Amino acid sequence: MVTAVTSFGRSGLSDWLVQRVSAVILLAYFITLGVSIGDGVTYAEWKALFEQTWMRVFSVMAVLSLAAHAWIGIWAVLTDYLTERMMGAKGNVLRFVCQILSSLAIFVYVIWTIQILWS
Amino acid sequence: MKLPITAYASITHRVSGVFLFVGVGLLIWMLDASLSSPESFASLTNTLTSVPVKLLLWAVLAGAAYHSVAGIKHLIMDFGIGESLEGGVMGARIVIASAVVLTLLAGAWIW
Repeated sequence: MVTAVTSFGRSGLSDWLVQRVSAVILLAYFITLGVSIGDGVTYAEWKALFEQTWMRVFSVMAVLSLAAHAWIGIWAVLTDYLTERMMGAKGNVLRFVCQILSSLAIFVYVIWTIQILWS
Repeated sequence: MKLPITAYASITHRVSGVFLFVGVGLLIWMLDASLSSPESFASLTNTLTSVPVKLLLWAVLAGAAYHSVAGIKHLIMDFGIGESLEGGVMGARIVIASAVVLTLLAGAWIW
């Protein structure tokens, strides 16, 4: 199995569980953000929220969940459509390129968010 | 091609997921602008008054609404609820209807 080495946890059961746990964390995080913004928020209130330790920890949890969730989701899509069966040998090349670009984007999102939180 | 409603619900979950993977870049950029300085916060608030930006943000929120509701349906089905043909069709209908309602609410929130 060529595709198995690019999956997140190298196990379908593990990916299944990580996908669900990360989904719940992301949903909780976005609801928290929505509630915090509410009818509108001032810079002082918003900045104060992100200076609290719990909010920074929660934000890091959210971006790491996003990384895992996106990896698993994009992998599932790529290995369904960009395959040798669907488009011949170039499917493998295209899938690999897309996988590399997605991992790069995920890496940028994580580093960028951490940099925002601590700058 | 005529597909069952469950197929549309499923492919929309995938499409919205891929769309959100790009859209989250916009959200992180907004987070950056909102926290960098009072000036960048003000400039972001100003940017968010333009109609094209509002539409873009609305699209991202619509994607997030659909993807969340469809995800919650998956979690419910993981507990063995609605795992029949009728249950699947009913679930897909509930997902689409809830996503439409949430998308309208998100639009009202933005405007």
